[in-house]
Order: sequence, then structure tokens, then C-alpha cells
Amino acid sequence: MTEHTVTAFDAELKDLQSTIAEMGGLAEKMQADAIDALSRQDIKLAQQIIAVDARLDHLQREIEEKAILTIARRQPMAIDLRDVIATIRIANDLERVGDLVKNMAKRILAMEGHFPPQKLLAGINNMSLMALAQFKAVLDAYTQRDAQAALAVWQRDGEIDNLYNSLFRELLTYMMEDPRNIGFCTHLLFGAKNVERIGDHATNIAETVYFLVTGQNLGVDRPKGEGIEPTA
Amino acid sequence: MSAPVSLPEKVSVKNLKFFYGANLALKDISLPLYDKKVTAFIGPSGCGKSTLLRVLNRMYDLYPRQRAEGSVMLDGEDILADGQDVNLLRAKIGMVFQKPTPFPMSIYDNVAFGIRLYEDLPKSEMDGRVETALRGAALWTEVKDKLDSSGLGLSGGQQQRLCIARSVAVKPEVILFDEPCSALDPISTAKIEELIDELKSQYTIAIVTHNMQQAARVSDYTAFMYLGELIEFDETSRIFTAPRQRATQDYITGRFG
Repeated sequence: MTEHTVTAFDAELKDLQSTIAEMGGLAEKMQADAIDALSRQDIKLAQQIIAVDARLDHLQREIEEKAILTIARRQPMAIDLRDVIATIRIANDLERVGDLVKNMAKRILAMEGHFPPQKLLAGINNMSLMALAQFKAVLDAYTQRDAQAALAVWQRDGEIDNLYNSLFRELLTYMMEDPRNIGFCTHLLFGAKNVERIGDHATNIAETVYFLVTGQNLGVDRPKGEGIEPTA
Repeated sequence: MSAPVSLPEKVSVKNLKFFYGANLALKDISLPLYDKKVTAFIGPSGCGKSTLLRVLNRMYDLYPRQRAEGSVMLDGEDILADGQDVNLLRAKIGMVFQKPTPFPMSIYDNVAFGIRLYEDLPKSEMDGRVETALRGAALWTEVKDKLDSSGLGLSGGQQQRLCIARSVAVKPEVILFDEPCSALDPISTAKIEELIDELKSQYTIAIVTHNMQQAARVSDYTAFMYLGELIEFDETSRIFTAPRQRATQDYITGRFG
């Protein structure tokens, strides 16, 4: 893209974009660490994840403040306007992703001493890997300004939802089998819900990237997996 | 490159070319001014937007060696045609300029002047017309007690609204604004913009502005021109959020050369 006549404007936009990249990198690492921490029952790693989240919150506030200043100073139009709005929206999603991973890390701490058997972790592990792949793909789509890649992420979200639904049923079965499973199964269930939400945030970001690049909003019919019965 | 909805066209510019001597300043411009809508013309200096505005009420007739080709239809009648009564045309298509141009006469006479050119009204009726025009230009409450003092004694913003009152007084159908706020402070600018918003319920409006935010605020449709060509014409909301043409985007985002 051609540079602005006012070069400070370019610098502000680049700064916002690179802060998003930093947030994305942190959130991605948090997710990967959470997957490791869960499968290895690594308490120390889980504590580190919790500590990193504060940095993510800080960066989100920073982006918001800078974006507001840029709007006030430059009155951005067209692609610039979409760019600034996109950074605010994506920063929000990334901050929420951080909260969700932090919550997962806290559950790992809570399960200390009553860890579920490894075979029970396979489901949530798969789901987390899928969400992480979605997350990486959408951050790449943002960096590359690639609407088609964003669209692909958006269309894949149903897969995570389906996996969540089957995991939900699986964990329910274990809980019914033996009440002693209820404790960690509940943690895993909430953990799985968190992962499912991370998938939703990846989808949000995909929508934002699509809007950023094309100026069009994606339709309202976001791909959804089958619903689960609330009381199942 | 046309608007998605079909609205009645008050003015239809078709294949308009304009020459300053041998110099082609407008290259085959076609666009509509929709009825009772505000259309903004934007573009860098020399793009032809003021020229286009000047063609719309045949200002160029005042100058030798300037000529227009193509057609500009006002309610189905070609205003570029030879037989066109230019004075009558300018009563239908009023114009407000960049710098306020009050006449060196009283506020009352500034407004009454134009009316007297076309109509011979008794004093009482004229008073009513002057008041209506001044109210229409949101100036009445500020000047009603000093109608006899000189129009030149008003502030810049008031002078500009006086000029708008003068345009409105002759009951035009179209009002052309050529950078009406470029010499005004932000408050006067806001008043003019508010006024344009009110005026569009009665008039079809075209405005040339260098202030992109102003175009975004006041207009329904925007035409982006560059080097005598119409690059893009679309709904204003579209032009300023997701223009189709690269050149438009570069211009409105401040990336132009």
C-alpha cells in the first residue's frame, strides 16, 4: 500500500498492527503451553500462563487508547478506518482468548492431585489443537490481509463445535459411570467450553479480517455445529 | 459505477466535456444529481470539480474561449442549449461561493436584490419573502433587529448564511455550494452543515469541498474526480468506508502524491 502523505499516520497504523501481532503471538503461545501443561500435568507451566495474561490485558488497553487517539487525530477513512476498527476488535478478541486460556490454566492447578487418566485428555487435546490451528490461520490471514484465508477459517468453525458436542457426551458418560470422575470431568467440560469459545473468537477475528480487506461483512449465518440439548 | 437505487434525477450530466481554450478540463463526465439529495464533489485541486459546478449554472458564459460539449439536463431540458435563458437558469440553480460575497448594501436589500430581478412585489409581500429566506438560512434571529445595517458588517459565517438566504430567496430548485465553509470557523461551519441538512428537504444540492469529513457528513452521494475525469460515483457511505477504486481510496485516506 502506498504511504500516507503524513508519514506519522503510517507509523501509528504500523504500531497498532505490530501490537496486534505481539498480542497474537502471546495468545498463541499461551494456548500451546496450556495444551502441554494439561497433558504433562505441569503446574509450573500453568502458573506461567496465568502470569502472561496480564501482559495481554495491558496490550489490549494500549491498543484501545492508541486507536482512539489515531481516530481523534487522523479521522481515518476507508481502508484506514477499517484498519483501526479492526485492531480494536481483534485486540478485544485476543484479550478474551487470553482470559479463556488463563481459566484453563487455573483448572489445571485445581486438578492437582486428582488428575484424570491420560485417555480422558485425548478429546480436549484434539479440540485444543484444532482451535490453535484455527487461531494461527486467522492471525496469518490478518498479517497477510488475506480475505480468502479468513473465510476458510470462518467456514471451519463448525468442526470445533461438533468436536465439543461429542466431547460433552463422552465426559457425561464418564461422570455417570463413576461419581468420582465428576470433579475432573467438570473441569475438562468447562475447559472444553473455553476451547470452543476460543474457536468462536477465531471466527470473530476471521469476520473482522474479511471486513478489513473487502469492506463487506460476512453473512449472519455463521457455520454452527449441531446444538446440544441443554440438560442432556 | 452507478448508484444501486434508482432515484429521480433532478440534473443529469451526460458526456460532458469542457474546454478552457484548447485545454480539456472535463473529460466525458456523466453523473446524476438526485432530487433532494446532497451530492459532494471531491478531488485534488485541478480535478475539475469546481469547473463542473460552474457548468451547472453556465457561469462559464461570462468568459470567452470557454465552452462545454455534451448535455446537462435539468428536469429534461438541456441547460447547455443555445436558446437557454441564462438568467432564468440561474434563478433555478443558485450558487454559493467559497468566500462570502454580500453586496455592499443592507442585509434586507442583499436578500431582496435577487427577488426584484425576477418579481415585482409590494413591500409587505417582499418583507415576508426576505424573512422566509433569512429564516431558511438560519440567520433571521441574529439579524432581524438590524435589517437595515450593511451586510458587510456581519461575521464571515453570517455573511455566508446571508449569501445562502440570497440564493434561497429566488426559490431555486438546485443550490450549488463551492467550498462554502473553507473560510469559516468550525462553529460557523457546523451551522452551514446543519443548514444544508435542512435545505435538502426542499432543494437538490451539490457541494464542492476539500474537507473530506465534511463531504462524509453532509452528502448522500459523492463523486470523486481526478484530472478532469470522474473516477467514482457512489453512495457517500460506501465511498468513505469501502470505495471501489484504488485512486479514490488513496485520495480520501491521504495517500495521494
